Amino acid sequence: MTDKIKIAKAHVPEAKEMRKVYSETMIELADKNENIVALDADLTSCIGMGDFIKKYPERMFNCGIQEANMMGVAAGLSAVGKIPFAHTFGPFATRRSFDQVFLSCGYTKSNVRIIGSDPGVTAMYNGGTHMPFEDMALMRVVPEMTVLDPSDSTMLKNLMIQMADIYGNFYVRVLRKSATKIYEEGSKFEIGKAVKIREGKDATIIAQGVVMVPNAIKAAEILAEEGISVRVLDVFTLKPIDTEAITEAAKDTGAIITAENHNVINGLASATAEVIVESDYPVPMGKVGVMDRYGQVGSLDYLIKEYGLTAEDIVAEVKRTIQRK
Amino acid sequence: MDKEMKGKLERFATEIRLETLKEIKNLGFGHIGGSMSVVELLAVLYGKVMNIDPKNPKWEDRDFLVVSKGHAGPAVYASLALKGYFPIEDLLTLNVDGTKLPSHCDRTMTPGIDMTTGSLGQGTSTSIGIALGNKLDKRDNYTYLVVGDGELNEGQCWEAFMFAAHHKVDNLICFVDNNKKQLDDYVDNVNKSYIFVEKFAAFGWDAYSVKGDNVEAIDDAITKAKSVKGKPSVIVLDTIKGQGVPFVENTFANHSMKFGEAEHKEAEKMIRILEERLEV
Repeated sequence: MTDKIKIAKAHVPEAKEMRKVYSETMIELADKNENIVALDADLTSCIGMGDFIKKYPERMFNCGIQEANMMGVAAGLSAVGKIPFAHTFGPFATRRSFDQVFLSCGYTKSNVRIIGSDPGVTAMYNGGTHMPFEDMALMRVVPEMTVLDPSDSTMLKNLMIQMADIYGNFYVRVLRKSATKIYEEGSKFEIGKAVKIREGKDATIIAQGVVMVPNAIKAAEILAEEGISVRVLDVFTLKPIDTEAITEAAKDTGAIITAENHNVINGLASATAEVIVESDYPVPMGKVGVMDRYGQVGSLDYLIKEYGLTAEDIVAEVKRTIQRK
Repeated sequence: MDKEMKGKLERFATEIRLETLKEIKNLGFGHIGGSMSVVELLAVLYGKVMNIDPKNPKWEDRDFLVVSKGHAGPAVYASLALKGYFPIEDLLTLNVDGTKLPSHCDRTMTPGIDMTTGSLGQGTSTSIGIALGNKLDKRDNYTYLVVGDGELNEGQCWEAFMFAAHHKVDNLICFVDNNKKQLDDYVDNVNKSYIFVEKFAAFGWDAYSVKGDNVEAIDDAITKAKSVKGKPSVIVLDTIKGQGVPFVENTFANHSMKFGEAEHKEAEKMIRILEERLEV
């Protein structure tokens, strides 16, 4: 843990919705840099961009229900020096417009921030059509794309400020509602560097995002009561993944369990396994995540249970994995 | 247009056609049909209309060109080389291993290419983004977009056209290379086009139709398009796939041709004809 990052008291919901922090930060960025522009595909109100539109109407391009066009327009804007943040729901930002993201943004070496809201099960009542369990996987395979899944709004804000000044393409998951507070305000993160939230010696939970980081913390607390000491890493950067932190965790704790609000195929589990098998510490690894299934409607609690993403699911997987040591 | 300018542009078109043919003959295969059909347009754009500086390809105030039908790369490269963006000899590196001149236009590789294209339809959106960004910065430059008639099968094009009209992107002029053919067959046998000017007009565009082998008509249409404010303009070019090269025009499957012995001989003949035309 670096001294720039302060861990908050666990299990406390954030006062502000993440979308509020997103839209306020967009205004702050736009105030400072005239090249910041926003794009959306008919979901400006969903992500709370009303105040931005009032202040900077000429810098908000609502493309209507045109995700493919939006990605291309964003790439074109970046070709003349603009810094576009293009938002829509996660599956439409990635799956629906994949070729545009890959070619118009990626292959052209553009400078676009793609914002996908409602990560994984948080799409809740929008159901299977709107529930991205594959967005991170798709973005991870776009060469040179930076792929981020911030775990609370303090992190989101800090990453947005950094992204405004780094050239390249980014994909960022954003929850619209209130996250669980993980970090104290003012914490500063390094893209590509995992955060050690909790120290431990028997196993490491590699967690990501607004659902799984809090659940990983909870799982570690349950395990501690049973005398099992677990390290928790917030690997908020899926790509470039923190090879060093994962290797160190394998070496120090001898067992790795990934926890992601996403298909276990080609997301955090896959990326972590790739690191471990290439390291000098090919330790047992378990995974918690969506087991190659489609989404469905439901309450957040229901979906977290249905897809096996609870703290208890993590606890069970940690125990199974430790036994394989 | 005065006679001198007309002569200059026609000569430039002949030079572009000659160099394009040499590129593809040298390689032995390539997208010749759709390269030839935009030669006169490229001659007008690079020879007269576009405000550019070959010594400074990234000049911020330049006019931009997005050739969304990216497979016309060979003709664009010929134009760029003739304008001095890179040596003319480089044209013979088309598609050779490690080249800076790939089949489809690539802004990260070739000086003077403003946007990477090749996955059809995508240049519509990127060109509109470029035009909007320039508008935001209050530049008075233009962005030119070239799409193929077959390319307009792609739904993204019509998303982009709707968006451009809504946002009054009047610093954008689109050209439709209406050469009537796509890869497999005539466009109207694959997905009937109906009348492009009517379709664009229905999308809120200012629309013209001209003969695409007539430099004067193309230039006149651009002048008219520039006088229209508050909406984007489209100029539909009535062209022939393989335009100006009879043995290509007369080949049905001329989207991408492989040159066998017969084609090499025809190409040699055509090269002599075009060279003689330039000697006059």
